[in-house]
Amino acid sequence: MIQPVLLWSDALLFVLIAAIVALALWARRQEPLRAAWGRVLKDGVAMAAATVLAAFIVVGLLDSLHYRARLDAKPGEPVRYAVEVNSALDALLSDLRQRSEKTYSAPLATHLYAKEALGDSAQRDFPRLRHGGTHLGADLSGHEFDVAMRVSRGCAGGVALWLVLAALWCRHKRISLVATLKVGAGGTATGAVFITLLAIFLLLGIAISLGGGYHVFGTDKVGQDVLYLSLKSIRTGLLIGTLTTLVMLPLAVLLGILAGYVGGWVDDVIQYLYTTLSSIPGVLLIAAAVLMMQVIIDTHPDWFATSAERADARLLALCLILGMTSWTGVARLLRAETLKLRELEFVQAAQAFGVGRFAIMRRHILPNLMHIVLIALVMDFSGLVLAEAVLSYVGVGVDPSTISFGTMINTARMELAREPMVWWSLAAAFGFMFALVLAANLFADAVRDAFDPRSSA
Amino acid sequence: MSILSVRDLSIHIRDARPVDGISFDIAAGECYALLGESGCGKSMTALGLMRLLPAAAEVASGNIDFEGRELLALPESGMRDIRGGGIGMIFQEPATSLNPVLTVGRQIVEALELHSDLRGAAARARAEQLLDQVGIPDPKRRLDEFPFQLSGGLRQRVMIAIALAGSPRLLIADEPTTALDVTIQAQVLDLLDELRRTQGMALLLITHDLGVVARMADRIGVMYAGQLVEEAPREAFFARPAHPYSVRLFAALPDAENRGGRLTTIPGSVPAADVRHAGCRFVERCGEALPACAATLPPWRAIESGQRVRCHLPGAAPAVAIKVGAGDTAASGESTPLLDVSDLQVHFPIRRGILQRAVGAVRAVDGLSLRLMPGRTLALVGESGCGKTTAGKAMLQLIRPTAGSVRLDGNELTALSTQELRPLRAKMQMVFQDPFASLNPRLRIGDIIAEGMQALGVAGSPAARIGGLLEQVGLRADMAARYPHEFSGGQRQRIAIARALAVNPQLLICDEPTSALDVSVQAQILNLLSDLQRDLKLAYLFITHNIAVVDYLAHDVAVMYLGRVVESGSAAEVLRSPRHPYTQALLAAVPRVDGVRGDAPKLAGDMPSPANPPAGCHFHPRCPLADEACRREYPAQRSFGATQLVRCIKAD
Amino acid sequence: MLLRSWPPAAGRRRAARGYIIRRLLYAIPILIGVNLLTFALFFVVNTPDDMARMQLGVKRVTPEAIQKWKAERGYDKPLVWNAAAAGGAKLTDTILFAKSVRMFVGDFGRADDGRDIAREITTRMGPSLAIAVPTFVLGLFVAISFALLLVFFRATTLDFAGVVLCVAMMSISGLFYIIGGQWLVSKVWHLAPISGYSGGLDAAKFLILPVIIGVFGGIGSSTRWYRTIFLEEITRDYVRTARAKGLPERVVLFRHVLRNAMIPILTGVVVVIPTLFMGSLLTESFFGIPGLGSYTIDAINAQDFAVVRSMVFIGSVLYIVGLLATDISYTIADPRVRLQ
Repeated sequence: MIQPVLLWSDALLFVLIAAIVALALWARRQEPLRAAWGRVLKDGVAMAAATVLAAFIVVGLLDSLHYRARLDAKPGEPVRYAVEVNSALDALLSDLRQRSEKTYSAPLATHLYAKEALGDSAQRDFPRLRHGGTHLGADLSGHEFDVAMRVSRGCAGGVALWLVLAALWCRHKRISLVATLKVGAGGTATGAVFITLLAIFLLLGIAISLGGGYHVFGTDKVGQDVLYLSLKSIRTGLLIGTLTTLVMLPLAVLLGILAGYVGGWVDDVIQYLYTTLSSIPGVLLIAAAVLMMQVIIDTHPDWFATSAERADARLLALCLILGMTSWTGVARLLRAETLKLRELEFVQAAQAFGVGRFAIMRRHILPNLMHIVLIALVMDFSGLVLAEAVLSYVGVGVDPSTISFGTMINTARMELAREPMVWWSLAAAFGFMFALVLAANLFADAVRDAFDPRSSA
Repeated sequence: MSILSVRDLSIHIRDARPVDGISFDIAAGECYALLGESGCGKSMTALGLMRLLPAAAEVASGNIDFEGRELLALPESGMRDIRGGGIGMIFQEPATSLNPVLTVGRQIVEALELHSDLRGAAARARAEQLLDQVGIPDPKRRLDEFPFQLSGGLRQRVMIAIALAGSPRLLIADEPTTALDVTIQAQVLDLLDELRRTQGMALLLITHDLGVVARMADRIGVMYAGQLVEEAPREAFFARPAHPYSVRLFAALPDAENRGGRLTTIPGSVPAADVRHAGCRFVERCGEALPACAATLPPWRAIESGQRVRCHLPGAAPAVAIKVGAGDTAASGESTPLLDVSDLQVHFPIRRGILQRAVGAVRAVDGLSLRLMPGRTLALVGESGCGKTTAGKAMLQLIRPTAGSVRLDGNELTALSTQELRPLRAKMQMVFQDPFASLNPRLRIGDIIAEGMQALGVAGSPAARIGGLLEQVGLRADMAARYPHEFSGGQRQRIAIARALAVNPQLLICDEPTSALDVSVQAQILNLLSDLQRDLKLAYLFITHNIAVVDYLAHDVAVMYLGRVVESGSAAEVLRSPRHPYTQALLAAVPRVDGVRGDAPKLAGDMPSPANPPAGCHFHPRCPLADEACRREYPAQRSFGATQLVRCIKAD
Repeated sequence: MLLRSWPPAAGRRRAARGYIIRRLLYAIPILIGVNLLTFALFFVVNTPDDMARMQLGVKRVTPEAIQKWKAERGYDKPLVWNAAAAGGAKLTDTILFAKSVRMFVGDFGRADDGRDIAREITTRMGPSLAIAVPTFVLGLFVAISFALLLVFFRATTLDFAGVVLCVAMMSISGLFYIIGGQWLVSKVWHLAPISGYSGGLDAAKFLILPVIIGVFGGIGSSTRWYRTIFLEEITRDYVRTARAKGLPERVVLFRHVLRNAMIPILTGVVVVIPTLFMGSLLTESFFGIPGLGSYTIDAINAQDFAVVRSMVFIGSVLYIVGLLATDISYTIADPRVRLQ
């Protein structure tokens, strides 16, 4: 039927998720870690942010299940698959993806945003859209009513779905709905989760209901649905925010601990390495590396079977480059902390038993640095999502064919200067990015407060 | 006529009640001591009086009457006049309590400008006068120095000068000498006493140290779990403490009299501040509790001699029987030393210049020699900075010595490589000072104890051995699955001892193992150590500054000053007839519970820097006996009595 | 490197001078490292032929065109060792020497448009500073003031609202501040020109908008950072001592807390000052300001490797200067620190 395609970034993403699940299981057995996560679970704001993040992650995961569709073939011919690589999200949103217009149209519009010659007359007017609002027929007087109806239907659907879920939860836990929603009643902040879910379901219901007949966020210059573009951008943002740190962490942890614990010439070499790397202005180093990588990719077109693979390689390379340029800060932090830990008495007790260097680093130093690693991971995420947009604007970001917040903003940035102004692409990109980054920042704050021993007072 | 009158003061932090309805009065010019162990609410009381409580804490009820004014009713601006002007305060940590980036003069003048009309040059002159008054030499120069340029004792004097700037009628001193060495403590206590007499200033002294109380206080309030349990004039209190808790505090003090015997310990620990009590708070730890004790809060009861006590027990509490042991436990017959250190040196280079050449060295340990016989306890005594901890670590080869020899059971350790050392490490282990830093918080107790057994390949079933070790140190075998944060300081120190014992050592180097613990818990650990010595024939090198502990458990004593041993010998000889002027001063400086003051000279000044030791005898700049000969060369070792070795040309 | 001790007064100045010289000497291996790294990136990972092919477009590439492209830029020499040359030229007549080593003496060569890069950099520094310095100074002032305000009202609703606002503001993309600001201020309110630059005093009207946007965009994260530092400082023992003297909260905050908080703040702030010369990539390109930031962006877009390499080198030099300035500023802010 279909041929699954596993892009490198998909594979890494799934590895990452497996690692997180494994770590979570491990952390459950570690008393101090469980206590810290318990503090996060009790924090209403953090849990609301986590719910929003989870919604984004679901979209990103759906968008990471790639496949190539099977082409219709006459019997007897060998099976052929489409060149185009799609994802599960593309399949879900096939309506949005395929119903493209000719050019700009405003959100919920029925007409194009640009005048053109109609038929054979010399008169220019706004033509009807090919897909948006066609169900209304020639009579547009019911447009507003139709929108209102669809919004209320969407709301009703969202609330219904939410009620079902809430009822199931209450049955499972044998408590009343009111008790579930009570925020900050001690224990896990399920109330915050459910209230956030309600908001997400409402938005989802409205989007589905409106999206059936209109372009909810309008269309862009080449007529693509902006909502579709925004949803596709999420995966790119998530990948850059997580894979980059994943690439950088092992190196940063290893070098940081080595420099701090072993000292001597090892320390000198590692310090020299990271001072040199961090002395180059970040954007310039990234730009130089990306430019060079582009030359490699361009001179070796034979490496990649599909354009999706090429774009994916470039995305991964960007993560790698970002990671290589940003490990220095974490390494420096870990080195400083290792220097402190090295002098602690439990390390000296281990030395008094003649425990080997590497065993001490693994048993005594590393576990006591994990909170710093975790805090770095969550704190860096939002910065990286924001950085992607800037780098794509500078021209050293993701492949122009990859849909991302950066490429969306880059193609749309001159649109505010148009007369009349086209604002919806920018608004949608900034809006989605804001929601993602805000949720990440709030969650990161809670994690830092829970894990940083200094702020626990 | 009381200057401060506190009634039913309660301080709450959310559900916890660190201070729960205490009342006391302080008369003008009087020294009132609030005595208690850590966590009993005494510091919180002091901060509450100043209305300087941390954000989470609040005064829930009560009255604080200071010179006829109700402090709790004053607006914040009125309270600011009281702070510094009416009530001054000094804190425990002089190292962190002064602003590091402002000069000493600036910090004093700031207080003068608030509470007097002095400005500019006049304020500066007054600040200089204050520094002079608190006994800081060369006050004019010190005005322009920063706190980090001063030693701990001088910093605490500056704190006192700041507090005096507003001419307060009451000075609150919150553990003012706990962070200081005993000779410096003696200086600061003398200063406080003198100021109180000359200025007619009342003193609220907050401390856990019975010796300091005996030295300073007119009246004493004993605090336990947020309440006062006894109030008494000094003489009556020290003659016959009335509350069972007070009695046990005395009994837990180690000294020479209960040498070789067991110290009385208080079972359990202070109840947490969020526990509600119907009856007496001490009931769970009191040996003589009656049924009424758990049910109703005992009322104040006055007994003769001016004492008041909160206890249901009729009459004064019975004295706790102190079981006197059977004398020395040590097998002193053997003649080959287990540990033989000679001329040990640990120097840390000081690097300067473009090429970072070593231009000098901090001589932390500078020619230390000592011998420890199997099964005996040698106390290495000295003040902070004398190099005793570095010496201990260098003997264990945790720090590689610069020169000298360390022989363990006949094996020279300094020449061995890390691999060659490993089999010898099982013979010698260490117990560290800070029970909170010495256990890895991420490992289970069982894994912590097993670490050395795995590293050194100790035979036998680890699980059974871990259980046995835990029981040996007074814990339960099933605690092996828990994490360190679930244990109190005393329990952690037991775990650290079990960890060291796991590899069957013959020698334990104990680096201030009880200095972070309360006196009742300290007694438990000291008992444990002496039991272990008896059962396992362990030898201890006991590194400490606490003379009372030395007196209680050491067979031999070595006194260290600036990287070298200045006097050594059997405990009886060194402690009863000290011959080195430093040892004499050190012993005299310890405040004694019986209030008797030593007649040996008080030491002036501080220990010099080990980067730049004085020529000749290191001690001569502080020594009252020093003459030209002392300044010329380091004294040779001289022998006295049976065992006593002294490095002083004046000793006789 | 920073030793907290107090050497005798006479040796102090000499020690400081020795320290500075040592740090400057340490800069040399770092700059060599930076140079080797960029050399490897630009000439070893890809050969000059690859670059020529890409620059000239894949279709009309002839070997002659590649040769010509390389010769025009001086990329036709061997990388590190010219066996054909004689004597010292074996080393000097190479790409490494001509393109990397000569940077140490300020010779950056020519850009693809034939202009001298060093001259271009000196003329573009002015506009970059004109925008970066006011943004930096104003931003620092505003953020520290807000942070002090929040700390003064700590644990109140105002503080909470302020923190929420900060987190929200730092979650907004920098691009949004620029695009939104341009649209609102220039297009809707017509208060300032949307972009452009001119020399002299006229520059002011072109600078107002980018400076305001730059300050506004940075408020969120820096206010929050300063607030954290102040709050950490306010729990210290010496603050309790200051209160116990009877000082009003205002004085405690300004005289005691602020002075001490300057030490961690300097770490993050002083290192940035020299790099102000580099200008801001985004702001300059959006507002059409002919500074070094827009120069860099144009070079990246035009794939002008000579300019990018030069900017990497200058950026590293400035960063190292910043590190040294940070150390020196410590000695001013913190009496405990002496350069050793």
